[in-house]
Amino acid sequence: MSGSERKEAEVRRMMETPHPVVPGGLGAQAAARGDRLLRRHRALRRALWLLLSAALLALAVWALATEPWLLPPSDTVPPVEGV
Amino acid sequence: MSERHSAKDRRRTREFDAFVAGAAARLLHVSTLLTAEPPRSNPRAQELLTAALARTYADWDRLRGDDPYDRTRRALAVRFARGAWRHHRWAAEGVLGRLTPQERLVLVLRLYEGVAEEQAATLLGIPPERVRAVCTRAVAVMRNSSSAPPSRLALPSRLGTA
Repeated sequence: MSGSERKEAEVRRMMETPHPVVPGGLGAQAAARGDRLLRRHRALRRALWLLLSAALLALAVWALATEPWLLPPSDTVPPVEGV
Repeated sequence: MSERHSAKDRRRTREFDAFVAGAAARLLHVSTLLTAEPPRSNPRAQELLTAALARTYADWDRLRGDDPYDRTRRALAVRFARGAWRHHRWAAEGVLGRLTPQERLVLVLRLYEGVAEEQAATLLGIPPERVRAVCTRAVAVMRNSSSAPPSRLALPSRLGTA
């Protein structure tokens, strides 16, 4: 064992004190907090999806109403030839 | 939909409870080493662990084979590193009370938890050489302070080592 390994082992032993007592409600409290976090994430995701679908719907309605792919009717009449 | 959700919720709660029952004592020990509080009165360590565990709970369905202990330890370390300045002004009395928050974090991750140097470096956002340097310094401070009176200015002692 090298010198530095021995020193590290010595410090590791200093840290190996008995574990503190875990308060009874700690796990339940963490789960409750995690649950709130989860609900918040879910609500955010749902809101984003809703926004995206609303935008797509609006685009579809607008496109069907205005049919932008059609050429606008021409205002000028082509000159009549050959009369 | 809601029925499927609640079945999933029940399963998550059951698995999470089993995980906490097995891992909380060690994780609280790690957390208490970090905050350098006495083990009998460690409110900040408990708060740190509760927050880290809450994250693990929220991510539980997306762990995909990831070790929840690893996840929680990572959350613990990141949270501690981000809030480390807050712990500075407290009179630290735990085993690692003589070290700076960063030295504590590196020592606990590397020596107590056995996290690889590269992984610890990624976790803390510092180069691996720096992790090694901080670890060496922390070990020296710990060995000095265990025998001699504490002095943060003391140079690492080379006495008695080959």
